[in-house]
Amino acid sequence: MVKDQEFLEKKASYCLGLAKKLGATESSVIVNNSVSETVNFRNKKLDESNRSDDLGISITTYIGKKKSSISSSNLLDDNLNILIEKCVEATKNTPEDEFNSLPDKDLLAKEVKDLSLYDDTHIENDQKIDYLKKLELAASNDKKIVNTESSFTQNKSNFILANTEGFCAGYKTSSFTASSVIVAKDEKSMERDYEYSSKCFFKDLDDAGELGKQAAYQTIRKLSPKKIGSEKIAIIFDKRIAKGILSTFASAISSSAISRGTSFLKDKVNQKIFSDSINVLDKPDIIKGLGSRNFDKEGVKTDTLKLVEQGVLKHYLIDTYNGKKLNLKSNGRFGGTSNLYFENGNISFKDLLNSKSKSLYITETIGHGSNIVTGDYSVGATGFLVENGEFKYPINEITIAGNFKDMFQHITLANDLEFKYATNSPTMMIEGMVVAGK
Amino acid sequence: MLSMNNFFEKSDISRSEAENIVSDTLSKCDDGELYLENTKSETLLLDDNKIKNSSYNSDLGFGFRAISDEIVAYSHSNEISKNSLRQSSENLKSTLKSVKGTYNHEIPKSNKKYYDNINPIEQKSLNEKIKILNEVNNYLRSKDNNIKQVTANFLGEQKSVEIIRSGGESLTDVRPLIRFNVSVMLEKNGRKESGVYGVGGRQSYDFYLKDENWKSVCDEALRIASVNLESKPAPAGEMKVVLGPGWPAILIHEAVGHGLEGDFNRKKTSAFHNLMGQKVASEGVTIVDDGTIDNRRGSLTIDDEGTPTEKTVLIENGILKNFMQDRLNARLMKTRSTGSGRRENYRHIVLPRMRNTMMLSGNQTQDEMIKAVDKGIFAVSFGGGQVDITSGKFVFNCTEAYEIVNGKIGSPIKGATLIGDGPSSLKEVSMVGNDMMMDPGIGTCGKAGQGVPVGVAQPSILINKMTVGGTKL
Repeated sequence: MVKDQEFLEKKASYCLGLAKKLGATESSVIVNNSVSETVNFRNKKLDESNRSDDLGISITTYIGKKKSSISSSNLLDDNLNILIEKCVEATKNTPEDEFNSLPDKDLLAKEVKDLSLYDDTHIENDQKIDYLKKLELAASNDKKIVNTESSFTQNKSNFILANTEGFCAGYKTSSFTASSVIVAKDEKSMERDYEYSSKCFFKDLDDAGELGKQAAYQTIRKLSPKKIGSEKIAIIFDKRIAKGILSTFASAISSSAISRGTSFLKDKVNQKIFSDSINVLDKPDIIKGLGSRNFDKEGVKTDTLKLVEQGVLKHYLIDTYNGKKLNLKSNGRFGGTSNLYFENGNISFKDLLNSKSKSLYITETIGHGSNIVTGDYSVGATGFLVENGEFKYPINEITIAGNFKDMFQHITLANDLEFKYATNSPTMMIEGMVVAGK
Repeated sequence: MLSMNNFFEKSDISRSEAENIVSDTLSKCDDGELYLENTKSETLLLDDNKIKNSSYNSDLGFGFRAISDEIVAYSHSNEISKNSLRQSSENLKSTLKSVKGTYNHEIPKSNKKYYDNINPIEQKSLNEKIKILNEVNNYLRSKDNNIKQVTANFLGEQKSVEIIRSGGESLTDVRPLIRFNVSVMLEKNGRKESGVYGVGGRQSYDFYLKDENWKSVCDEALRIASVNLESKPAPAGEMKVVLGPGWPAILIHEAVGHGLEGDFNRKKTSAFHNLMGQKVASEGVTIVDDGTIDNRRGSLTIDDEGTPTEKTVLIENGILKNFMQDRLNARLMKTRSTGSGRRENYRHIVLPRMRNTMMLSGNQTQDEMIKAVDKGIFAVSFGGGQVDITSGKFVFNCTEAYEIVNGKIGSPIKGATLIGDGPSSLKEVSMVGNDMMMDPGIGTCGKAGQGVPVGVAQPSILINKMTVGGTKL
């Protein structure tokens, strides 16, 4: 069982009290507990069970403009006493920084709305096994499939965030996640692909059979890939890859990258950085949303932000420290975005595929090829050649490259947005990128 | 006094009670152990002219594992108590209720140690460390007017582990680890570029910082950033690639390392699973994975199952010789553990992992390689890489590279991703240099969501054909 609010609050207030007694002028504390249970299947048989019970506490103490922090998984009072003393000592010895402070009191969240983020349902391991049996059965239909590995995880978490300005709040969240990784083989090749579903509520989780079937389909169609020549070609990003481009955008507008000057989007507020029709939203109050929250990791109220309107950048993602440095108020984005998404475009997926006589549909990228200082992008890729709206054959061992500054200006979005992750994008086409192959 | 952690000191359970629970839980299993871990770590970060972060972490917990046949049951918790251990035991038993095994008590022993029992965090005061970070900042900013940002950080850690096996056998290790990183950003004529460099290993901070050694780390980060400031767009397409010695061995790690880990080969999901004894690299290419080099980042006295580490020959003169094994995969593949069973921490199960993966020296020079290339690239510094072990395709990202034109090194080119095919790319190695070098000691390898410290090494090599992911057609 995940620890209740009362236990977490007691630990939090103990820490705040002790820090004050030892000389901290302000302090904040987060106490969290997370209990996960996972069952893994491999080739239709039980492979692994994993139960984890994680406790954690992190405390930040201030003495005027000096700051230091500690964290621990050992919540026994004896240990906390030693650590808080160490933290206050370290604070005294750390140089002042004029921007260090707790959030402004008037920005703190005043209420905690019920966003339906916690499902009390407990799925026993035997039920997880039933789900996985059904999933793997559906995934193993084709003789080309040589290995299946599937997993079901139930997670229940609870936390309290408290500070010496009187903020003290937290709530429970849950998630149920199923995934399947498939390996298929033919004479020429061996390929791997996957499918995944994660929801706050168990009853919303994808059907096991459908998930298995989809994972198998996506793997088999990758068999016997070809390598193509180097050329400039329109790239269509599958939704699961398109969302990564949105995440890179989010890191480039984080107030820390902006205040440090290490982002290609510095000083671009109120400038057009995307093509005309593009809108980007960060909406924290979606019911059952995977990224939903009431406040950020500093307790600052998180409202919906229209980050990009008709292609124009409107906001950075601001936390307290970097906000003070940039002379801007925190908009509750310490720790990043909530439910971040591109609004739908106005053509269908089919019309997007049809819009060019030849394009490349990318289903997977590998490598860490995004540079937010310069905007340069270069990654390894796998996908399909699309001709006149039809998938012709699978492609691998190529790279795709460009610069986000240009890529953002050449985005066309389909109208097939769904909320599968915390960050989501419709299918995306970008023109003008370079493929390197043979 | 630095001594082994007593995990039961502040707990309501005695060591012998814990041993009894372990023996009782594992009595009908093939293998398993109680893994206890206490890690103390610190981070100190200077950024934007200020000490941005000074934090200390103390992490304590256990992971209890039981294995029967192919099934692994695992449970972990932060509370080392009677209640918590019993709950974990029940959880493991319920997963394994219908399988039976015979516990394998055999585990090799060794007295060798590859690092000292020290706590690097306590060896230098906070004030001394802050002073060095400020000196780093001042040194760099006074060196070049184009410097717009300097970030420098120290990471220090001491991890104490104890492994209690069925029957009460206990194996222990205390592992120090430090890292010092510098990153700079330059801006000139509106163009920004960055450079990163770092050093580290399993020893004290002083080893890297004495006699102002830190200056060479700063100089290297600045040099890489300055080179990039002059870089042109990288070419796109297949061409010859010369890799410099040391850190570019990320190629070895991605191209063959992961594909030779035991779990993927037992499951036959690695592109290498049916290539044992066959030629997978050019003649002259020998690759080892070595956990026994003193004070290296990837070295371990014992792995996370208690097996002493070793130097494992993976590829000898082009022929595939061994996979890297933990106990589970070794048993199922009827071989022995190579001391490669590792985990990020007590929250994770053990997997076969790399330690220090190295291609050994040949007898050619880097000059000969450059001269042999009409059109290609010379790659010196890398950011990281990734591999799809099933298709065998791997990438790695250059952060410092030059074009080669008619046997001569030309202009620097922008960072680009290189892509290749694991089982075939090492057959394209046509020259192996005589200049093998270890990396500077900052590598972390990710697998199944677990990061572990690793090392790599190689001499300069010439690869006949690789795809370079630039933008210039």
